[in-house]
Amino acid sequence: MSDLKRTGLYDLHLELGAKMVSFAGWEMPVQYPMGVLKEHLHTRADAGLFDVSHMGQIILRTDPAALEALVPVDVIGLPEGRQRYALFTNDEGGILDDLMIANRGDHLFVVVNAAMAEQDVAHLRRALGDAVEPVTNRALLALQGPKSEDVLAEITPSVVTMRFMDVAVVDSDFGDLWISRSGYAGEDGFEISVADDRAEVLARALLAHPSVAPIGLGARDSLRLEAGLPLYGSDLDTTTTPVEADLGWAIQKVRRTARTGFPGAHTILNQLSHGPARRRVGLAPKGRAPMRAGVELFANDTDQTPVGHITSGAFGPSVEAPISMGYVATEHSAPGTLLYGELRGKRLPVAVTALPFRPATYKR
Amino acid sequence: MKYTEQHEWLDEDEGIVTVGITAHAAEQLGDIVFVELPEVGSEVSKDDEVVVIESVKAASDILAPLDGEIVEVNDPLTDDPGKVNEDPEGEAWFFKIRVEDLSELDDYMTEAEYKKFIS
Repeated sequence: MSDLKRTGLYDLHLELGAKMVSFAGWEMPVQYPMGVLKEHLHTRADAGLFDVSHMGQIILRTDPAALEALVPVDVIGLPEGRQRYALFTNDEGGILDDLMIANRGDHLFVVVNAAMAEQDVAHLRRALGDAVEPVTNRALLALQGPKSEDVLAEITPSVVTMRFMDVAVVDSDFGDLWISRSGYAGEDGFEISVADDRAEVLARALLAHPSVAPIGLGARDSLRLEAGLPLYGSDLDTTTTPVEADLGWAIQKVRRTARTGFPGAHTILNQLSHGPARRRVGLAPKGRAPMRAGVELFANDTDQTPVGHITSGAFGPSVEAPISMGYVATEHSAPGTLLYGELRGKRLPVAVTALPFRPATYKR
Repeated sequence: MKYTEQHEWLDEDEGIVTVGITAHAAEQLGDIVFVELPEVGSEVSKDDEVVVIESVKAASDILAPLDGEIVEVNDPLTDDPGKVNEDPEGEAWFFKIRVEDLSELDDYMTEAEYKKFIS
C-alpha cells in the first residue's frame, strides 16, 4: 500500500486496531474491532468519530458569482455563516462531483470528494485561476450522532447555538477549528477542520468521551445509504443529472427562473419541467438477501429488458433489513412499485420506496 | 475434524458430514447479515456453490466439499445470520451431507495443518 496517501491520524487508527483499506488513493480505516454493525448502531445511538481528512478542502477567494457559474445552486444568495449542498455539472447536465459550499464572509470554503479532489481543483482553476487555494495542512473529522452536540460543547460551548448547515470558525484549545453542523450519516453532527499538528490530540480528546467511538468507512457507507444520500462514483457520475438523481431540491428557484447560466442548464431545466426518463429511488428487497451495486431490475420475472439497476446496496443495521438505491425508468419509480432484482440467476422481488430509509435527525 | 482451504470445517459421523466455516473465516468476513442454505434432498457435487453468505461488505459462496446428498440444513441461521459470527464452529453449522466415498475426506487438512495454513 506504499503509494497510498495517509492522513494525519494514520498512527492513531493503527493504535485503535483499525483494519486499513485502499480508498480513493488513501489508506483508510474500514472498521475498528467493534465491527461495522456495532459501529453503525453506536453512531445512531451515541456519537461516532470519522476521519474524513481524505476529502478535499479548498478556499476560494472569489466573488460568489464566479463559483455560481459552475453549479446549479444559489451561491450568490448563500448567507454568511451558512453552508449549502452543491453539484459541479458538465455541459450535458451530468454530475462532475458533489460538494459543500460555505460562505465564510471574505471567502468561500468548499469540501469535495477525495477521489475527485484533484479534478475539482483543476476544474475550479480553469474558471477561477489563482483564487483557488487547496488546503493542504488541515485534517477533517466528522462527529456524527445524537450525542455529538454534548461532546463537542465540552470543547467549544458555542456549537450549541449552531443550526443544521451553519458554519463557524472558533478558537479552541486545539487551535482554530472550522466547524460546520453537517455530515453524511443522516444524524445531527459536525464536521471539524483542524490543523494537521493538532488533529490527533483533538481526536483523542473526542474519543476520551464515553459517548464517542471511532467509526470506519464501512459504517459510514451503511449510514449514508440508510439516510438516502447518494455517493459520488456509485450513485452519481457524469452520466447522471441532478434531476435524475432526485437532487432537484438542491437547485433553488432563483437558478430555475432567473440566474440560469450554469453548465448543462438546458438539459437540467428541461428535465425539471418535464420530468426525467429515469429517477434515483430507494429499493427494499423483500427477502433477507442484500442487492448490491450492479443488480439489474426488471418489471416482472420474465422480461429480458431491465427497467433499471442498483447503484448501492447493503444490509441496513438500523432498519434491520437489506436496503438499496438505484435508477429506474420513471414509469416504474412510484413508491410501492414491485420490481424484480436478478440475483445469482434468480429474480427476487424488491419494492420501490421513498428515501430516506430512516428519517434524518438534523437540528434545523 | 477436517478443514478445507476454503476455511470450511468438516465433522464426519457415520457417513454424514456436518459443514461449517471456521472462526478464522467468520472473523475475516466480518458481520454476517444473510445466509442462503441449500434444499434438503438435493444432490451436490464437490465444488458446487451450495451456500451464499453475505457480510456487511460482500457476498461469498461456500462450496460443497464432497459429492453427496444434503440431508439437513441449519434453518435457524436464515433468521439469525449473526450466529455465524458468534459460534461458527458450534451451533452455526450450515448443512449435513451424506457422503458415499468417505475417502474423499482424506484430501483435506487436519486441524494442525489448517492452523499452519492460516498462520
